[in-house]
Amino acid sequence: MLVSRKWLEQYVNLDGIDTQDLAEDITKSGLEVEEVVGPQLDDENLVVGYVEKCEQHPNADKLSLCQVDVGEEELSQIACGAPNVAEGQYVVVAKPGTRLPGGLKIKKAKLRGEASEGMICSLQELGIEDKFVKDEFKDGIYVFQDDVTVGEPACPLLNLDDEIIEIELTANRSDCLSMIGVAYEVAAVYDKDIELPEPTVLMDQEPSSDYISVHIDNETANPYYGAWMVKDITIKPSPLWLQNRLISAGIRPINNVVDVTNYILLEYGQPLHAFDYERFDSKEVVTRLAKEGETIKTLDGEERTLSSDQLVITNGKEAHAIAGVMGGEESEVQDDTKTVLLEAAYFKPQVVRKASKDHGIRSEASSRYEKGIDITRVKEAATRAVQLLSELGNGKVLGEIVEEGSTDWDPAVVTFTKNEINDRIGADISLDEMVQIIERLRFDYEVDGDTVKVIAPARRQDIAIKEDMVEEIARLFGYDNIPYTLPQGVMDKGGLTTRQNLIREVHRYMQKAGLNESLTYSLTKEEWATKFVSPEIQNLVVSPVALKMPMTDLHSHLRLSAIPELLSSVQYNVARNQYNVALYEVGSIYLQKQPEVQPEQNLRLSAAVTGLWESHPWQGEKKPIDFFVIKGALEGFFDHLLEDEVTFEKAELDGLHPGRTAVMKLKDDVIGFVGQVHPAVQKDYDLQETYIFDLNLDKVFDQAAYSENYRPITKYPAIAQDLAFVVDRDLPAKQLEDAILQQGQPHLESVQVFDVYQGEHMEEGKKSIAFSLLFQNDERTLKDEEIEEARKQIVTHLESHYQAVLRG
Amino acid sequence: MKERLKEIKQEALDRIQSAADEQSLQDVRVYFLGKKGQITEVLKGMGKLSKEERPVIGQLANEVRDEITEALESKKAKLEQVALEQQLQEESVDVTLPGRPVNMGGPHLLRKVIRDIEDLFTSMGYEVAEGPEVETDFYNFESLNLPKHHPARDMQDSFFITDELLMRTQTSPVQARTLRKHDGQGPVKIICPGKVYRRDTDDATHSHQFTQIEGLYVDENIRMSDLKGTLNVFAKHIFGEDRSIRLRPSFFPFTEPSVEMDISCKICGGEGCSVCKGSGWIEILGAGMVHPNVLEMAGFDSEKYTGFAFGMGPERIAMLKYGVEDIRHFYTNDIRFLKQFHGV
Ligand SMILES: [Zn+2]
Repeated sequence: MLVSRKWLEQYVNLDGIDTQDLAEDITKSGLEVEEVVGPQLDDENLVVGYVEKCEQHPNADKLSLCQVDVGEEELSQIACGAPNVAEGQYVVVAKPGTRLPGGLKIKKAKLRGEASEGMICSLQELGIEDKFVKDEFKDGIYVFQDDVTVGEPACPLLNLDDEIIEIELTANRSDCLSMIGVAYEVAAVYDKDIELPEPTVLMDQEPSSDYISVHIDNETANPYYGAWMVKDITIKPSPLWLQNRLISAGIRPINNVVDVTNYILLEYGQPLHAFDYERFDSKEVVTRLAKEGETIKTLDGEERTLSSDQLVITNGKEAHAIAGVMGGEESEVQDDTKTVLLEAAYFKPQVVRKASKDHGIRSEASSRYEKGIDITRVKEAATRAVQLLSELGNGKVLGEIVEEGSTDWDPAVVTFTKNEINDRIGADISLDEMVQIIERLRFDYEVDGDTVKVIAPARRQDIAIKEDMVEEIARLFGYDNIPYTLPQGVMDKGGLTTRQNLIREVHRYMQKAGLNESLTYSLTKEEWATKFVSPEIQNLVVSPVALKMPMTDLHSHLRLSAIPELLSSVQYNVARNQYNVALYEVGSIYLQKQPEVQPEQNLRLSAAVTGLWESHPWQGEKKPIDFFVIKGALEGFFDHLLEDEVTFEKAELDGLHPGRTAVMKLKDDVIGFVGQVHPAVQKDYDLQETYIFDLNLDKVFDQAAYSENYRPITKYPAIAQDLAFVVDRDLPAKQLEDAILQQGQPHLESVQVFDVYQGEHMEEGKKSIAFSLLFQNDERTLKDEEIEEARKQIVTHLESHYQAVLRG
Repeated sequence: MKERLKEIKQEALDRIQSAADEQSLQDVRVYFLGKKGQITEVLKGMGKLSKEERPVIGQLANEVRDEITEALESKKAKLEQVALEQQLQEESVDVTLPGRPVNMGGPHLLRKVIRDIEDLFTSMGYEVAEGPEVETDFYNFESLNLPKHHPARDMQDSFFITDELLMRTQTSPVQARTLRKHDGQGPVKIICPGKVYRRDTDDATHSHQFTQIEGLYVDENIRMSDLKGTLNVFAKHIFGEDRSIRLRPSFFPFTEPSVEMDISCKICGGEGCSVCKGSGWIEILGAGMVHPNVLEMAGFDSEKYTGFAFGMGPERIAMLKYGVEDIRHFYTNDIRFLKQFHGV
């Protein structure tokens, strides 16, 4: 809402209140001011001039030399390049010394040998937006159409000295979508009087009802409809003061009839519609719900198809307006309009809102109707409108408005006690103070002891319950005056749940391990939604969750894996010459287990890494990321959170390198995968060797257990033994390791692979694998024979079960 | 023989003096003190001496031996010292060369902001509550006093999945869900962080996905002043002790009264500048007293219980606090961005 200070001053005396202070004060009490604009120009050197004489400049084809009366003893000679300058015009003259909004300072000058004392101005030169300038003045100077006096200051005439307060209204304060509403608010804030218009109109003997009748078909959608006839009207431009008002509110002046309806819309918040009576072509107004498929051509020239929940204004046959949204083109007021049928109505907010949304029209009218206008002022607003029509268009207002329905309003009554209000606010406001605030708001009220009963006015439909009065009293008492306190209740423990702590631990571990936390979007493209889905998820889900109306194909489906978006982030970095990238994300995927049912969320830990894991260039150290770097990070992670072992089993998964991919299992249950991105996919992403993993954190957390039981450190020495075997190349090391550990009991403490060799000097299809074994007994020193026996047992077992050949 | 021993001593001391390394010292030792060394040679002639002379010469020989030994030891220590010094010299490094980097990752800036807020409120007895990102219309809107066709639904155009399911537009449904779980029994003290989604085109100041963190405190006798005090603690904790807050009336369907909280502008200290658009204040969050309809719908007696709620955007807080100029940075995962926030 754009509020002109000068217009506001029509209702409330703002003497002594600076506009910036006003802006801050109303912001603090509830009307948030975005900006104060202006004054554009407030310079007494800008005056009305009268062009006495206008001749061709002797030395310049395109210039005129004008003798202009600016109210001084002598005429001023002014050179003017505008094509429309002519004798007998009242124009805007910037006398020497004027500084124009663009910064240009007007000086006495010589133009092509002729003196020029000032400048005759166009409206644009005065800072008025092009869209508000009438076509006839767009390419030239402005010529006054109103009665003006030579030498009179032009800034007030053109409202250039006004300040415009831009208010960002909250949804509950639609009462301030009108100047009168804002005036009430400002008067309440400053505890000032308010002066409202008291419209009166001289009506003709002839009754409106001779020309029109009104019938409401659906009183729920249209509780009240009034029609008023204005005859013999002259369509012409509005006077400057009215145009100024509209421009200050951002509305373009059209002609006196349209401008009056817009003026009332701004002043009262009451939308009005003027039909051209002849073109309306009927003696009855019938408002009804539209027929399904019925059409209307609206003012904007669009042919619109209506539906049966939309209210239309008809002439008994065809629709001539979509109620509260937009009028029809057919009965639009035009330059030759003689008789105006003025509509002043109340339409149900929901009906207007629906129609406005369905047709994608948000008009000044619909945005007010849909929030609920003041029904008790409809008729007053109409009276003010016809009064102005008769004054500004010489119209003949016919006797009395023709009405149907009712403007009755059932006001909200809110009852509260002084203590209730203070208890909610946490302040100590006296009953007197509360009553004063209610008086400033101009609400009706009754006081009985400590109990106050407030009758909310129709203009304030946001007042309905006690809490609304808590707000009214608190905001005018001043939020700044409320003390700072903390709740007095019992102090609870608070804190994080085990799961929340585990999630934090996941972050801590991953960050210590060298990965950077990332955030990618949950909504991805359809193609990506089903990529890199972990095997344990694939069978659970019917299909990825799809948005009904996505804004873009890039974010149309809910992900089943964060990997595609993470890879895209890696790509983003690599494309910017950041070659070492290690990203992880903890976030949800969304499992649609049955159609239409609320999807379940599954928490994942996902990562994508490429480039060097570690490097120290001047010492020649470089460790590129490979499968075992990632595996090591994961092993450490599992070790940190789980007591049970997680196993890695070779797997072939879509999008992954078939030889460098494993699924991870916890108690035989798949909990995720790890591997290198398939070289073909890497190429699609423009990536070098890149590794990923995706882990089901819910499953990990289900098993998470970390015991920190102390085991005394043994004083007996451990004995190391190395064993190397030649085995089939495809035999997983883990199988040998498990077998050794089992066979080496009871004293074998640990087994570790320390060398793997295949290639030269090795039989085709074979590899050499060496283990380092550690034997230990906590109670005594082991004997050589015990170790030799274990060693034999292991070797024999591996030879017979795995065709292993002991080396060396 | 006396003369001979004196000669030996002088010769030995001279050779020790000029020995350049441990090997030459060893040679000296063997030559003079060894089994076939010079002193032994001299002592072999002891048989020819008289009874009286023998002990004198014997003692003198021992003295010479001790002197030579001492000189050897002392020279050896000197040589070792020199060798050590040389070794240290050789081992010296250029301490200005870069060290081997310890490769640590770090948290996302939004995580830091959220964690900071969580930690503050959990220390004041709040619990952290979470809820589904794909939410029902009921919890996202209706339970929050936003019935179907409520005009305020326009304020948050949403991503619907079915007529009844949507991407949550706020974390407030977690409040509604938690309230219900409490069966009308206070107190409820929670902080709800999470991802939310709105129909916005991604640009420098809009993101179709962003994070929110909301707080809720419902109990008997909760007052607006408690909200004001709590927000003041929050603002000072996050933005610094020197900042002050102000509350302004606002409107949210699920609170009444509703407020917006501003903090004093750090740049100008309240004088007004371009950052605060001349007002001296910067808008931080929305809050209010829980609407009685929300309490009643969740099974709380709104005459007995009151409460406050507040909600804020970690993106906005991070942008203000760190001067991040484009909200897209939070979701692009540029490593050069991520690595800037690894400090504690
Ligand atoms: Zn500032």
